[in-house]
Amino acid sequence: MADIRDYSRIVGHDRIDELYFLAEQLKGKSILNINSTAVGGGVAEILSRMIPLLKQVGTNAKWDVIKGDDRFFSISKKMHNALHGVQIDISEEEYEYFIEINRRNCEEMNLEGDIFFIHDPQPVILVERRKKLKGKWVWRCHIDFTTPQKDVMRFLKNYINKYDASVFSAPAFARNEIRVPQYLISPSIDPLSDKNRELPTEAINTILEKFKIDEKRPIVTQISRFDYLKDPLGVIKVYKKVKKYIDCQLVLAGGGATDDPEGMKVLNEVKEASYGDTDIHILFLTPGSDIEINALQRASSVVLQKSLREGFGLTVAEALWKGKPVIASAVGGIPLQITHKYSGILTYSIDGTSHFLKELLNNTDYAKRLGENGREHIKSNFLITRHLRDYLLLFLSMFYQEDTVFLD
Amino acid sequence: MKDVQDGNSFRFYTQLYIVRLLGIKARNPEELLKAIKKVPPSSIYYHTHKFLQQHLYLSPEPPNDFGFWVSNVLNLKKLGEAITSIDTISFNDLEDLREEFVNILDEYERNKEFSVNCPEGQELHFMSCKTFVFPTKYVARNLDEFKKIVKKISINSLYFHIFEARLRKKIQGNDFSLWFEKIGKHVLAKEITKLDPYTITLEGLREKILALTERYG
Repeated sequence: MADIRDYSRIVGHDRIDELYFLAEQLKGKSILNINSTAVGGGVAEILSRMIPLLKQVGTNAKWDVIKGDDRFFSISKKMHNALHGVQIDISEEEYEYFIEINRRNCEEMNLEGDIFFIHDPQPVILVERRKKLKGKWVWRCHIDFTTPQKDVMRFLKNYINKYDASVFSAPAFARNEIRVPQYLISPSIDPLSDKNRELPTEAINTILEKFKIDEKRPIVTQISRFDYLKDPLGVIKVYKKVKKYIDCQLVLAGGGATDDPEGMKVLNEVKEASYGDTDIHILFLTPGSDIEINALQRASSVVLQKSLREGFGLTVAEALWKGKPVIASAVGGIPLQITHKYSGILTYSIDGTSHFLKELLNNTDYAKRLGENGREHIKSNFLITRHLRDYLLLFLSMFYQEDTVFLD
Repeated sequence: MKDVQDGNSFRFYTQLYIVRLLGIKARNPEELLKAIKKVPPSSIYYHTHKFLQQHLYLSPEPPNDFGFWVSNVLNLKKLGEAITSIDTISFNDLEDLREEFVNILDEYERNKEFSVNCPEGQELHFMSCKTFVFPTKYVARNLDEFKKIVKKISINSLYFHIFEARLRKKIQGNDFSLWFEKIGKHVLAKEITKLDPYTITLEGLREKILALTERYG
């Protein structure tokens, strides 16, 4: 884990000093984060990076997890899918069991804090005990809330509305029926992680050689799971249209669980669609291939993210951070990261993506400028230091009602 | 908050903000008008000021979220241009600025020949912000110190003294121009007041302030 001071060479000393100043304002307050798993999954990954940084700047941040059995987690998984808009029935008994496990956790856990920062739906019911536990309560939603199934939303909103505030990752996730303040805190990338740190040219070339990619010809890359929603087949169609005019290579790289039948099906279809073209590189990467992903992004002439649906789409931020021109679909959180023709290109179709891909491959100065603007946008808005600052401001917000707060 | 002027010295403050989601969205000019009428002033402020800060390296700058969305998402170029061209700097009261948006959209609604909705997923989501203001360690006792500090101070601090000051103090100038007046640099104060910060990137603004200070200081 990097030292918080290491980030100052990227974002500047003043930015880091601001974090210390804000943390100082929270002196004497403890912040208890609660989620449902200590390892695996996006939330655990975020917390394992954020908690040490919160402590380094001086806050008393703690992290605990609720316990549940298979039945509880299968219900919470159903809830998760329903919040993503999938039509799933959750029975009354299942809701009751979900509540019961939360209440049991309340009895067994050492719940002490000035701010209770509850992540995602699994521990949402803990707020029932807020009268006894006191403190400020914030519910942090990490999932796509654009089209939640009504029943689950009805169930959850009764609890969400008991909190002091809620937090979402994208503007489209805000809900009218939530009466407590809703804050926007976007996800972030860590510029010092293996996936995003600077790499020497030799390291990049070694990885290109390993995958038999020609560094001398343009490389067009999409990094994503082999999933229909990431539209890898559409990406191949785009490439084939462009290849008629420009001698480029396509890299489709990503991971995925080998026990995921749909992922394997998509991978096979992608292989079939690329059959016979040695300039299409299909790379099924194992977990932890962060340096490979970093090198592939850095070696790319243009990065695509032609998703049909997307939560936030942090692969876009990763590519922009590396100063790469990105062409991406205008879905999910991608329009927050790209302003069309300023910091990248937003498209809606295979034809549109092909058109702009040709344009960027033929106009390298323009492509470079898009990448540079994109990098600055990510630097200002989507690095982990901004994420940390937002968390500190959120915690402070719990103690101030006014729109403008003067801290002297 | 203590005054930025401490005797003849200038204390630099800075600001940070957290974004609030209002759960209100617009798909077309009619919904945009309805929403602009009802959102709190902090939302008008957010959509007419924060955009600059988030895209401070872009040039040309999209001056406000509403104009940018109408032009680029709804593709209503004429209406977009009218909204974009609002002279934000001439308003030091957010209610007056709101009224200006309302007038333009009202007129459009009265005369429109067709209706248009944005593509799904590209609605304009209304937000507002909660701002935290606090002092930095920098204090300028004279123009030389001022220049040194302006070169290195965070963009947020410049933003606070230039943009926030106008609305906070309901003045046409800004914190810097007031201080220049106080230390007897009247021409410099006048020149700084004339700057339209809404049409320059914040980094460009930093350069202009330094150049003016050099020339008239």
